[in-house]
Amino acid sequence: MQLVPPDFDRMFGALADATRRDIVRRAIDSEEGVAELASHYPMSFAAVQKHIALLERAGLVTKRRIGRRKVVRTNLAGLIAARRLLDRYEELWRGRVDRMTQLITDTKETDR
Amino acid sequence: MTVTAVYKDPQALTMTLEAEFDATPERVWQLWADPRQLERWWGPPTYPATFTKHGLSPGTRVEYHMTGPEGDQPKGYWDILEADAPHRLLVRDGFANDDGTPNEEFPTGEMEVTIEESGDGRTRMSILSRFPSTEAMEQLLAMGQEEGMKQAVGQIDAILAQDTVRTA
Repeated sequence: MQLVPPDFDRMFGALADATRRDIVRRAIDSEEGVAELASHYPMSFAAVQKHIALLERAGLVTKRRIGRRKVVRTNLAGLIAARRLLDRYEELWRGRVDRMTQLITDTKETDR
Repeated sequence: MTVTAVYKDPQALTMTLEAEFDATPERVWQLWADPRQLERWWGPPTYPATFTKHGLSPGTRVEYHMTGPEGDQPKGYWDILEADAPHRLLVRDGFANDDGTPNEEFPTGEMEVTIEESGDGRTRMSILSRFPSTEAMEQLLAMGQEEGMKQAVGQIDAILAQDTVRTA
């Protein structure tokens, strides 16, 4: 299991490029594959593919199979939902760690 | 601040939290190994946990329930997959039905605990949680393991109760 840096950095990093922002915008309601998306930009297929891969790693888009095609879709809702849940889970564990610390302190005082 | 780092990955649905304690690894391990101590920190004060079956040897099924302010008792279980006292614990956690049997509707998650000395008599503990789905996370949070709303409601109740005393 590898640790990832705060993913907001990755998200914002991914969005700090005009082409990538345009891909995210298009992929909200379009059902285009990588090749179709690539046709909109004055750059090579490989370059667009790289942009999409980067967006995918940032969780901003996902590739979904629709019939025999693979389409790129923006995944903002899912990402935000997951993010919120993880924030709540973090709070849960912060509470636990506070109670663990308290418990350790309490037992030290009884030992004294 | 004893929580020293938190890493969250919304795509992979994982969270790693690191904390440091002014105690030995053995002492920190006890917090997990002694069910009575575990009960004092697993659930928030408003939703305490009761461990009805407990043990940390691999193959053991740990059973617990939470008790809510309304008397509701959601149940959960852990399957101990790996244990190396006082340094490592790998647990598969799931939800249980009212009769204590695993609830198959929800896929299980995983919790990996690492406890190691960090020098000067201090100990670092890291918890890596892997969630199977956002639904399972929702369920877990709804189970009363989080303070959040419920805690806040409890505090409001306490404040209101004080007011009553004062006006009476």
